[in-house]
Amino acid sequence: MRLLIVEDDHDAADYLVKALREVGHVADVAHDGEEGLSLGLDGDYDVLIVDRMLPRRDGLSLIGALRAKKIETPVLILSALGQVDDRIKGLRAGGDDYLPKPYSFSELLARVEVLSRRRGGRAEETVYRVADLELDRLSHNVMRGGSEIMLQPREFRLLEYLMKHAGQVVTRTMLLENVWDYHFDPQTNVIDVHISRLRSKIDKGYAQPLLHTVRGAGYMIRDGAR
Amino acid sequence: MTALGKLFRTTTFKLTLVYLTVFALFAAFLLGYFALNTRRLVTEQITDTVDAEITGLSEQYRQGGIRRLVLVIEGRSRRPGSSLYLVTTFQGEALAGNIGSLAPGVLDKPGWTETAYRRQEETEGAEHHALVRVFQLPGGFRLLVGRDLEERERLYHIIVSAGRWSVAIVIVLGLAGGLFVTRRVLRRVDAMTDTSRTIMAGDLSGRLPIAGTGDEIDRLALNLNIMLERIEALMHGLKEVSDNIAHDLKTPLTRLRNRCEQALRGDHNDIEYRAALEQTIEESDRLISTFDALLMIARAESGQARDNMTELDAAELAHSIGELYEPLADEKGIVLAVEAEQPVPLKGNRELISQALANLVDNAIKYSEPAAKPDGAVEEGAAPSDIVIRAESDGSKVLLTVADRGPGIPEADRVRAIERFVRLERSRSLPGSGLGLSLAAAVARLHGGELTLSDNNPGLKSIIALPRDGPLEMRHDSAAHDQPRDQQPSPADGAGQPIVAG
Repeated sequence: MRLLIVEDDHDAADYLVKALREVGHVADVAHDGEEGLSLGLDGDYDVLIVDRMLPRRDGLSLIGALRAKKIETPVLILSALGQVDDRIKGLRAGGDDYLPKPYSFSELLARVEVLSRRRGGRAEETVYRVADLELDRLSHNVMRGGSEIMLQPREFRLLEYLMKHAGQVVTRTMLLENVWDYHFDPQTNVIDVHISRLRSKIDKGYAQPLLHTVRGAGYMIRDGAR
Repeated sequence: MTALGKLFRTTTFKLTLVYLTVFALFAAFLLGYFALNTRRLVTEQITDTVDAEITGLSEQYRQGGIRRLVLVIEGRSRRPGSSLYLVTTFQGEALAGNIGSLAPGVLDKPGWTETAYRRQEETEGAEHHALVRVFQLPGGFRLLVGRDLEERERLYHIIVSAGRWSVAIVIVLGLAGGLFVTRRVLRRVDAMTDTSRTIMAGDLSGRLPIAGTGDEIDRLALNLNIMLERIEALMHGLKEVSDNIAHDLKTPLTRLRNRCEQALRGDHNDIEYRAALEQTIEESDRLISTFDALLMIARAESGQARDNMTELDAAELAHSIGELYEPLADEKGIVLAVEAEQPVPLKGNRELISQALANLVDNAIKYSEPAAKPDGAVEEGAAPSDIVIRAESDGSKVLLTVADRGPGIPEADRVRAIERFVRLERSRSLPGSGLGLSLAAAVARLHGGELTLSDNNPGLKSIIALPRDGPLEMRHDSAAHDQPRDQQPSPADGAGQPIVAG
């Protein structure tokens, strides 16, 4: 994956480049908004990681300028301004996701990977399949190995989100944001309990577990046999 | 600046001067107009009388000649308060009348003249003034008829002097009144200025004096006092925050630092280093969430989140939070129920209210014991819910209640529990920033409502009471000041003291 990091703090940018390289991604760095804009216009990037407060041109205006030029590269906004209304402002300006600082690298990576696959993703499919697990988005039917699994509406949405991003790490915050539409920290790890309930419904009694915990990051649904 | 100079410089005094000038000019104009008109009226009356007499006399002359005219005039001249008469020959020799002397040349001009004269019987003393008409009779005789003007002049002078006096009195009284009012206003403004100076000097407890008259200065002072109260609360909050940051953020920071130091000291293997680093990250994550909660409270208290208020359904919100926490409660062996059948419309910030409610539910779960109590207490009825989330309408208010069967909070500690960072002793061992209740209280205040803690017998009942239509100040900005805050109906629940944290 090719990424562009627009971040004025050199240390933070270097850290990100290094960490991304370790997991096999290539990243360019721009240290101010103007540089970020020209690189973003020329280069063919999979995802842009943009800080909000930048010298010469702020992050939101950079995104606005890119979108005005019909550059639809997914953008992850990084910002120290982490309140709900900041987030809304960021997404309205054309950002695709918003991650408040300080962030954990695994959270950033999970989000970047989800963003990079958004283009041509499986959003349009009506049936998601992972191994012998099948989720029909229209009829709300969930089957595993030919037998139907009964899910609560919220469990269905949780599974739908996980399967939409099958093979990708999905963090607890991402689940809280996308399945419950909450952006606060629920203090206790409520998501874990929901996941273990879901797991008992879809994995219990099957030899091949599909819903995996990724230590220190989140969860992933994947076909373990592959 | 002298006291008098200060007085003259006030707006009130300047206004007084302007009004005074306008009123004085107006009075002078009015009386002047009145005086002139009166004079004109009197003059008209004189000319009418004189004209009538001349018509009458010339008729007498036409019928009876000069002899008859002289007789008539001598008769009329002797009546008291009579008009002035004079009949002369062509040469100017007086034939009859009551005029002794006249200004020279009057008789030669036919028509109206104002002239000085003396009556026949007067030989000396001041001359009088009269308005006379000289009429040429056929046959060369001249007839003069006139009226004394003394009456007219006296009336005129009375009015003019009355006018002068009244203007003078208007000015004197106006100035005195103006000074009095100005001094009164100035005294109150001075008092306000003095208070604001002490406040500027740093004493935020000062309040502007209220005279109790309910006038515009009182209203201004009242509103400024409300503003001061808010500023004081904010300053107090700021001080509290910095104190608490010093205390509660430095403790985990110290722990973090100690752990790093300990990891560096002595030889460790990779696994031990990794464990130390993982603990460091965990600790710093906790710090971040504490910090986030603090920022959120500060933001809610400064009213910044008011732009994101929308129409929402509190019942749906309660169900959603209940659904989020139900598996967690279930895992602990606690029954969590949501009682919100009807839609409960509410205007507010969904995210913040959800978070406030989530905090209350999180606390309730944290402090609840599983249904099977260790002391063997048997619950009455069939499987009662340990935790109940309720959303209901109460008049113009919406009540969001979270009731648990946990140990509750002793009444004495309830106010303190809402304060930032306070974690009652027994909760020290549980995870959490200690900001849950204060955040819920801040969110309630942001919406113009309040958080109340009361006894659930046993357990704790936390009630977030919010005005259904959003904060009062947002509904009708201008009218809000006229409506005393205490007119809002208070929640009927009398079980606990409402605690308005702040």
